[in-house]
Amino acid sequence: MHVPDGFLNAPTSVATGAVAAAGVAVALRKAHDELDERTAPLAGLTAAFVFAVQMLNFPVGVGTSGHLMGGALAAVLVGPWTAVLCLSVVLLVQGLLFADGGLTALGTNISLIGITTVVVGWVVTRAVLAVLPKRPASVVPASTVGALVSVPVAALVFVLLFAAGGEASLSFGTLTASMLGWHTLIGIGEAVITGLTVSAVVAVRPDLVYAARGTRAPLQLKRPDGTLMPAPASPEPEPAAARASVRPLLIGGGLVALALAGIVSFFASANPDGLEYVAEDNGFLETARDHAFGDFALADYGEVGGIPVGLAGVLGVAVVLAIGAVMFWLVRSRSAAQAELEDVVR
Amino acid sequence: MSGGHGHALYRPGDSAVHRLPAHVKVLALLAFALVVVATPRERFLAFGAYAVLLGVVAAIAHVPARVIVRRMVVELPFVAFALLLPVVSQGPRVDVLGLSLSEHGLLTGWNILAKGTLGVVASILLAATTDVRSLLAGLRRLKVPDRLVEIASFMIRYADVVTGDMRRMRIARESRGFEARHLGHARVVAQGAGALFVRSYERGERVHLAMLSRGYAGSMPLTTSAASRADWLRGAALPLAAAVVLTAVML
Amino acid sequence: MSGDASLEVSGLAFAYADGHQALFGVDLTIGRGERVALLGPNGAGKTTLVLHLNGILSGGIGTVRVGGMEVRPGDRETLREIRRRVGIVFQDPDDQLFMPTVRDDVAFGPANLGLRGPELDQRVAEALAAVGMTEVADRPPHHLSFGQRRRVAVATVLAMRPEILVLDEPTSNLDPASRRELYEVLDALDVTQLVVTHDLPFALQLCPRSIVLSGGAVVADGATGDVLADEALLAAHRLELPYGFDPRSVAPR
Repeated sequence: MHVPDGFLNAPTSVATGAVAAAGVAVALRKAHDELDERTAPLAGLTAAFVFAVQMLNFPVGVGTSGHLMGGALAAVLVGPWTAVLCLSVVLLVQGLLFADGGLTALGTNISLIGITTVVVGWVVTRAVLAVLPKRPASVVPASTVGALVSVPVAALVFVLLFAAGGEASLSFGTLTASMLGWHTLIGIGEAVITGLTVSAVVAVRPDLVYAARGTRAPLQLKRPDGTLMPAPASPEPEPAAARASVRPLLIGGGLVALALAGIVSFFASANPDGLEYVAEDNGFLETARDHAFGDFALADYGEVGGIPVGLAGVLGVAVVLAIGAVMFWLVRSRSAAQAELEDVVR
Repeated sequence: MSGGHGHALYRPGDSAVHRLPAHVKVLALLAFALVVVATPRERFLAFGAYAVLLGVVAAIAHVPARVIVRRMVVELPFVAFALLLPVVSQGPRVDVLGLSLSEHGLLTGWNILAKGTLGVVASILLAATTDVRSLLAGLRRLKVPDRLVEIASFMIRYADVVTGDMRRMRIARESRGFEARHLGHARVVAQGAGALFVRSYERGERVHLAMLSRGYAGSMPLTTSAASRADWLRGAALPLAAAVVLTAVML
Repeated sequence: MSGDASLEVSGLAFAYADGHQALFGVDLTIGRGERVALLGPNGAGKTTLVLHLNGILSGGIGTVRVGGMEVRPGDRETLREIRRRVGIVFQDPDDQLFMPTVRDDVAFGPANLGLRGPELDQRVAEALAAVGMTEVADRPPHHLSFGQRRRVAVATVLAMRPEILVLDEPTSNLDPASRRELYEVLDALDVTQLVVTHDLPFALQLCPRSIVLSGGAVVADGATGDVLADEALLAAHRLELPYGFDPRSVAPR
């Protein structure tokens, strides 16, 4: 879903750029509450994880692929503000070092993949947490649902952006249905990965899971003589969102979940191969983890639907060149009708 | 792990492009991309000229076409999208080889392909000529907030730790006869991912502690020198040339 | 307490976030220029204690002072100075060495202190010479042998001119020759040293005084020769001398 240069028109790019800049600026201020010197490496590791997670590509329909986002996972592990920073960094590095996502579209990508998935993932996670028992393990189902919801919502925002600045006269019903459908499937993959990762971390190091803060019993220190005393207050503020009213979130979340359930079951039956893909992409995780960082270029999009790297590369380039040439030729042969065409469009 | 200064697309070299300070290159790339994006899509010649400009940069930097071409796969999803546009778009249609295609869709598809491709190729050139350390230093020179640069440098450092641990865990798993074959196995692998997270976190935490213990306070000591006037002029060459092309086609 | 102590720890207790309590009120004082071994079985709380010395772990009760300055985790300025004063050499040199070349790595600490140019080069050269690693300055750390990496790790800390050098399991994974070379390097250094180890002969060789930490508290503190000769004490705290090694057969330092 990394938007390349020139995909959306200038006003839309500028607007999403402004949203992204504002979002990152606010996140930088707010992240102070979440980041101490020990969580700084956690943020970096989370960014690296999101990076890896985004390499897991799901082939979705006509030769295209979607990938996991990692926004909900990041929010649950390091808190929403730091997560926005992590995702922004991932997108920046992808744009600069891996040519993934256009530099002029960085704002769009941050708004879409960074801010949207994090905010939605976090809000839904908090909402689910509010109705579950107050213990660390509750974070697992909550983050699973958060991840599940975050991806299709991001897809929806993508459709809206494209409607606003895509300069194409598409049937938006079709686009919405297909984007939402495929990304619901991706959302399921995202939910599974997020849930399992969070459950493994909560089991071993609950202190590393931001969303699990405030769910633990207070510490007791034992003096040398064996008497107990409460430990001094640990520097763990209750997440701000926990204090906000959750009722509207619950109702909204419930409705979204219902809608999703409908969509998922529809697409699951209409397209039984969808989940197979996920599994079949030969332990998609295996593929990703085989590549050292040094091979990321190949790992990324390297094996779409089982097509090996080299072949995919050659095919991809051939296709780009061929399509480009054909379109160029077609459009040029029609250049006489240019003015007329522009009239029709505008 | 090579000290974290190499990455997939980087091709060590000593060309004029390699020697340019990273922040100059990033700004040049941004300016170039802006010119490309600002070019009206029906000025076909301009896009050809931009491609030639990038070709010149690639030649100066000694980046072989093969490297660029291989990395262009990242565009694939959007290529497919661009390919679909003429078919699914509405509006006046034109018949091509028996297919009824939307004119507007064709133009839009071309627009996405041309601008997207130029952007991707320009980014590949930056990545191929800039190592991670100078890029991070460049970002700091560009006044990217320290916190973001810090997260980025940890991310790049951890990527090595994570992939190293991934490899060791996979070897351990496979040594005991495990092979991922179907969805049920994804569970094993994903649980491994969680354990991996904790493992690499704890390793990274130790690295971080060692850094803190030596007075690290959020940013690497900046040892690269600032860009000279000549560097800026060289860096401006590409976007300026592109701007000249744009002006020419618009007149 | 005397003003010329390098390190004073009093009443230190600490529990991790998962509820596991590692320290139960630790008291110890190390004078300037002393060389002390901190002995104890696995899980005794040795590493937890070490991480308190420069304020990386905190949140329990008790105080730590380094050269008279109290470690206060909230106070960034003090913390910076504390971390200059306490040089920790971690157990795994690969955690400690992360720059592209040995020279960069040794320069990392002093550069963080604000040193630049010839002054920085001077510090780096000095530290590398002290561990006998001058000739590998331009090589990447991961191309060195394990023993060399450990010595470079010591140099990275020495370059900060610490008040007290803390070594966490310095002899682990070293072959006998590397172990002897490390001993020679450490023995030649004129700095307060706290050596965390369960290599008892190494403690006897290097440190006149030993402190035994077990179950999160200090259970013995005395001359290394006496501590190692106390068989009941060693047995009670899972400390074992290598087969055939008799501490009484070695002349005390």
